[in-house]
Amino acid sequence: MALTLEQVRHVASLARLALTPEEEQRFATQLSAVLDAVARLQSLDVETVEPTSHATLAASLLRPDVARPSLPPEKSLANAPAKVGTSFAVPKIIE
Amino acid sequence: MQLTDLTMLELARKLASGEVSSVEATRASLERIAQVDPQVRAFLRVDAEGALAAAEASDRRRKAGTPASVLDGVPVGLKDLFLTEGVETTAGSRVLEGFVPPFDATVVRLLKEAGLPLVGKLNLDEFAMGSSNESSAYFPTRNPWDLTRTPGGSSGGSAAAVAAREVFAALGTDTGGSIRQPAAFTNTVGLKPTYGRVSRYGVIAYASSLDQPGPMTRTVADAAALLQVLARHDPLDSTSASVETPDFSAALEEGVKGLRLGVPREYFAQGMDEEVEASIRAALREYERMGATLVDVSLPHTQYALATYYLIAPAEASSNLARYDGVRYGQRAKDARGLKELYALTRERGFGPEVKRRIMLGTYALSAGYYDAYYLRAQKVRTLIREDFLRVFRDVDALLTPASPVAAFKLGEKVEDPLSMYLMDVYTLPCNLAGVPGLSVPCGFTKAGLPVGLQLLGRPFEEALLLRIARAFEREHEHFRRLAPLPAQGA
Repeated sequence: MALTLEQVRHVASLARLALTPEEEQRFATQLSAVLDAVARLQSLDVETVEPTSHATLAASLLRPDVARPSLPPEKSLANAPAKVGTSFAVPKIIE
Repeated sequence: MQLTDLTMLELARKLASGEVSSVEATRASLERIAQVDPQVRAFLRVDAEGALAAAEASDRRRKAGTPASVLDGVPVGLKDLFLTEGVETTAGSRVLEGFVPPFDATVVRLLKEAGLPLVGKLNLDEFAMGSSNESSAYFPTRNPWDLTRTPGGSSGGSAAAVAAREVFAALGTDTGGSIRQPAAFTNTVGLKPTYGRVSRYGVIAYASSLDQPGPMTRTVADAAALLQVLARHDPLDSTSASVETPDFSAALEEGVKGLRLGVPREYFAQGMDEEVEASIRAALREYERMGATLVDVSLPHTQYALATYYLIAPAEASSNLARYDGVRYGQRAKDARGLKELYALTRERGFGPEVKRRIMLGTYALSAGYYDAYYLRAQKVRTLIREDFLRVFRDVDALLTPASPVAAFKLGEKVEDPLSMYLMDVYTLPCNLAGVPGLSVPCGFTKAGLPVGLQLLGRPFEEALLLRIARAFEREHEHFRRLAPLPAQGA
């Protein structure tokens, strides 16, 4: 199935990717080819099959809810591109 | 013979006897890197200071008669997907350039506790997405057996560093074949443990339901010894299995007499290189000669594995990689106006083409109106693929297949055609979808001298049996004794 440029732009916006016009063109072609290749799954009857999310997970594992030290703020912030005090700084959110 | 030509356990024995010190072994590893890595380019960064400090500490323990483990003092490398406290970790991506993790991955902590000096961080396809190391944002690693060819991917740097004897072993990760395919391309042993056997905590996530770290070594016994350090239940990883850790080396030499080994006909389909097929078929005959019974079996949903994988893995990736938004760590587009543009520009500049392609594909497969037709359907087919394996494992002890349809291909050969690159994983990715363990062991060489890998697939949590079956073949041929010709002349 062929993806339109419109669909590529919509998906890029959902994925928060500012694609260039060349990338939009290229991904439209390449993703269409991949979608064609995965279309073979549509021929299988899976009506009564349960989905697998994790292959070997029998049940959720539980552990005691014990408080333990977490990273101190200076370590958590050490890689921040911008910070103010003990907070991550971002551009203005509300105009 | 150089010190670096020793296998990991050969070195461990010399460390135990005092014949060699860890500082000597670590210096030998660093000198070998200086000598051959300009050709191979396996390392993204080398931590000589940290490795030598760990080696000195190891020598003190050995002298005091209190080694931390049998591998205490053996220098190893890490795929640059494992978080290392204080040492830059990039996942092969620009978006994490300069990122210095504030904590260690669980397996990194385990290696340090066992006393292994960590020599450096090894190249990979960006965020482990690729089969040739060419999607690394930094440079492609070259195959030590032929510098014009790929070492495979995504753990290509790890495989190349082991094959080039730059380190005595390395850690890789395997989401769809990323340990086994590069092992096959480089005459090394690569083991993808059962999903849940080895902790994923602190391993940068690609597709969380498929990712699994594992050892990459020169020999089967080395892989067993390294897995022994790594396999442990980890309360910090909610998918870590709460199972006993057996002695992976105990039964290594017991041979294959009486075992039933399945040969799945779907893994010998069209598209396989003739020389690769001949090498694999010769190995099958060898197993028969050694007393195993070969059983023709069928995994009928194998033909759907590639499509299933390329929906599930990108879907999980698109979710996992949402965290790279320029806010808390990594690179940031500093010229962005507003938060939404900060996200979009940071990601546009930080990610390479293969990562963007998979994020786009995964976002599409999860988006409103397509979720049921793509993602949910793929998860259901995944159940059928898993059931195929569990059914044949009622009749056979393990499966024998090729690890890759071809030997190492030329750098640049497939970069323009993503689909042909995806086809490289056709024999390795069903194993990840089923969550079962898989191993690639050196099988022989093509006429051009390129390595071929034999893949073994086993029942969940039966790594010890896989290692034993692999060792039976290795003992007959010792292909690992053949060393990649480095430094290459005139390269």
